[in-house]
Amino acid sequence: MTELFEFLMSYETLRVIWWLFLGVLLVGFAVMDGFDLGVGTLLPVIAKTDDERRVLINTIGPTWEGNQVWFVLGGGAIFAAFPLVYAAAFSGFFVALILVLFALILRPVGFDYRSKLHDPRWRALWDWCLFIGGFVPALVFGVAFGNLLQGVPFRYDEALRVHYEGSFLGLLNPFALLAGVVSLSLLVMHGAVFLQLKTVDTLRERARRWHGIAALVYVASFALAGAWVAFGIEGYRVTAFAGTAAASNPVAKTVVVEAGAWFANFRAAPLLWLIPAGAFAGALLAWRLAPRRPGWAFVASAVAVTATIVTAGTAMFPFMLPSNLAPAHGLTLWDSTSSLLTLRWMFWMTVIFLPLIVLYTSWVFRVMRGPVTLEHVRGSDAHY
Amino acid sequence: MISDTVVELSRLQFAITVLYHFLFVPLTLGLSFLLAIMESVYVMTGNEIYKQMTKFWGKLFGINFALGVATGITMEFQFGTNWSYYSQYVGDIFGTPLAIEGLMAFFLESTFVGLFFFGWDRLSKVKHLMVTWLVALGSNFSALWILVANGWMQYPVGAEFNPDTLRMELTSFSQVFFSPVAQVKFVHTVSAGYVTGACFVLGISAWYLLKRRHVAFAQRSFAIASAFGLAATLSVITLGDESGYELGHVQKVKLAAIEAMWETHEPPAPFTVVGFIDQENMTTNHAIEIPWLMGLIATRSVTEPVTGLKDLVAEHEVRIRSGMQAYAALQKVRADPADAQARAALLERQRDLGYGLLVKRYAPNVVDATDAQIAQAARDGIPPVAPLFWAFRIMVGCGVLMLITFVLSLISASRRAIMRQRWLLKLAVATIPLPWIASEMGWIVAELGRQPWTVAEVLPTWMSVSSLTVGDLIFSLTGFVLLYTALLVVEMYLMVKFARKGPADPDAPPRHAEVIGADAPAEPSKA
Repeated sequence: MTELFEFLMSYETLRVIWWLFLGVLLVGFAVMDGFDLGVGTLLPVIAKTDDERRVLINTIGPTWEGNQVWFVLGGGAIFAAFPLVYAAAFSGFFVALILVLFALILRPVGFDYRSKLHDPRWRALWDWCLFIGGFVPALVFGVAFGNLLQGVPFRYDEALRVHYEGSFLGLLNPFALLAGVVSLSLLVMHGAVFLQLKTVDTLRERARRWHGIAALVYVASFALAGAWVAFGIEGYRVTAFAGTAAASNPVAKTVVVEAGAWFANFRAAPLLWLIPAGAFAGALLAWRLAPRRPGWAFVASAVAVTATIVTAGTAMFPFMLPSNLAPAHGLTLWDSTSSLLTLRWMFWMTVIFLPLIVLYTSWVFRVMRGPVTLEHVRGSDAHY
Repeated sequence: MISDTVVELSRLQFAITVLYHFLFVPLTLGLSFLLAIMESVYVMTGNEIYKQMTKFWGKLFGINFALGVATGITMEFQFGTNWSYYSQYVGDIFGTPLAIEGLMAFFLESTFVGLFFFGWDRLSKVKHLMVTWLVALGSNFSALWILVANGWMQYPVGAEFNPDTLRMELTSFSQVFFSPVAQVKFVHTVSAGYVTGACFVLGISAWYLLKRRHVAFAQRSFAIASAFGLAATLSVITLGDESGYELGHVQKVKLAAIEAMWETHEPPAPFTVVGFIDQENMTTNHAIEIPWLMGLIATRSVTEPVTGLKDLVAEHEVRIRSGMQAYAALQKVRADPADAQARAALLERQRDLGYGLLVKRYAPNVVDATDAQIAQAARDGIPPVAPLFWAFRIMVGCGVLMLITFVLSLISASRRAIMRQRWLLKLAVATIPLPWIASEMGWIVAELGRQPWTVAEVLPTWMSVSSLTVGDLIFSLTGFVLLYTALLVVEMYLMVKFARKGPADPDAPPRHAEVIGADAPAEPSKA
């Protein structure tokens, strides 16, 4: 028992656990806030009239705020557990992240203020804000992953100050844009499945149509991205490093850049191929189940979302932020974490509070269960 | 080398984004508790007017809350985007309270706030009350962890420098959490939030009473707000931030700067009420002083001296020279991690390492700094005195005015004399802006007072920034200013509009549309 505890509390194990926790938070964000972003993106095409827009907004109205905290918590957790990644990634992707923040800032206000006044121009303005607040983050998160897989142009100087030498437009390269299409179509699919669970009649039919379009785009783009990673871009491989329990020093390793390196983990453990397979299977199942069992379809769609992110994470392990400017300076989970004491404290905090969050979030969803209809929003003020 | 323009623009952006954020946070803190109190009275007495109060003030709470969340998202990421060296240098300690804030507080608050608005007919009375309390608790826990993080920047305990990772690392979580500076700041700040909520409710209720609208509703709101507000104001004043100024060198510098104490005075020191600050010559002209008062406030005694700024600058010179040696030792350790002698030398002087970094701004190699450069850095070691001096006096002035308003209001409310005292109602309306002014000034005192450091005596502000271009910062700064200002205008418009409109009359038939999340649906959850 004490041996197990010591193993669990060792620097090496905690670094892996924190890499997994970060994955959990990212997946939590993509699954929970992902459908909010998808619904926001679908707002202009699925809902034509004001009442229809209110129905869509109210399907996510009571819960989007809590869902968004997955994103904020993700930021906080990277800061606490991987301060080097937090510092290098967010200052490097400066312009992109500021744009995402601008888009996300529009959301709370859009939800809260839109239906406060009757003026159609007022409402149309906020509808656009909600669309931007859904579309831009959904696209940019994929673009960010696309750039991670290609490596990011940063290096450290003698004082370990990080310097980024790329440009914003450089982020918008073809592979990254394809990755952006993957994330956008994935979250739109997820949002469309959610809408089939929460709406009826015409809106549900339109959601079904967009579900089909998004699912096709997702499956095609995810497969294409996989082929591109296999044949078009090089991966990174650590050849020597200070050790899994060494002090976090990001410049104490050697790294090679080579074709196919992102498949090394899959080659080493072929069972891992089940993860990308799960992404396709989830998307397919969600399509089959949505008409009759929308609840299960949502679960299947969540599996697709999860598997997509886990696929990328598995390919890159142990890298978190590879550098194409100075490959040896790329960040891995072995050299970019906090100190052992901080990881331990954060481990216990997460073990205590994350299950509580899941519990009370489930309770809130249970209280708000059931579809939202035109009669609901027409008949009452208890809606956005 | 890091350009001064990048440093100044980064500071400006941080100040603007946080000052905007802090326009909304105090009201969320205070109003959430007032809502919980009002709804508790409703659940205990069954009197519908308290439900109506909860819903009406809740509607205004929602308008404010949206912008608090919107401007808060920026804060979680801005350390990484604009202060990357800071994030990496102290993230091991500073990131932890921020992450716990998300886990323990922000999730709680945000998950239940939707249910507060949408759950009125899906939940029993008691369950809804529980939801409201959880929102209030969540927002207050949130403040706790943010102020633990900020308290550490003011008074960095429970951490030490690690030469192998070139950063500060946590040595004691409990020291960080139970830091007296953090705890004092927490109580001071949340109490200021309660005062804000109380002033808001008091002022708007007074306005209804002046117009003789919603009289029963407004009288009850007025009474609750005056009692809550008086208790909170007393808490802000007696547990004032100043009690934390005894701790740590930088807090002492801050205190001396707030009071424009240039010279160390024979105890007990006098308090300067007003004067013309001359930072260049380190003197205050035409000062009006009250004997003894300063010494009493700062040291709670008549025998302990309060150190003046000139002596503090002299101390800085000594620390900088020691810090230069620490820096030299660090370079040796970096070159040869096995050099035990250099490690020992660094360990001995590590608390002065930050002062070595202070002179790096003028002498990039640090170890070869001239006497003139050292003197310049030592002088930079004190913050701009005039803005602190005045910001503090405005804050305290607002506090005293609010105290008077609450005392008079509570007396009047308890005698049921409020409708006859129109001058008092007018005073209450006029008091509305004061807590916001006081909060913004309080932020300036706390954060400008810590300059030139981001983390006191550990990391200078100029080193903390990201390696960005001036163009990056112009883009982000312009974007934030335009977006935040536009949203603030919209928020103020909605707030005034809905405050003017007043609560729905409970006897009238329910009115539809227009308002979100306030009134009951006509057909409860037939789904």
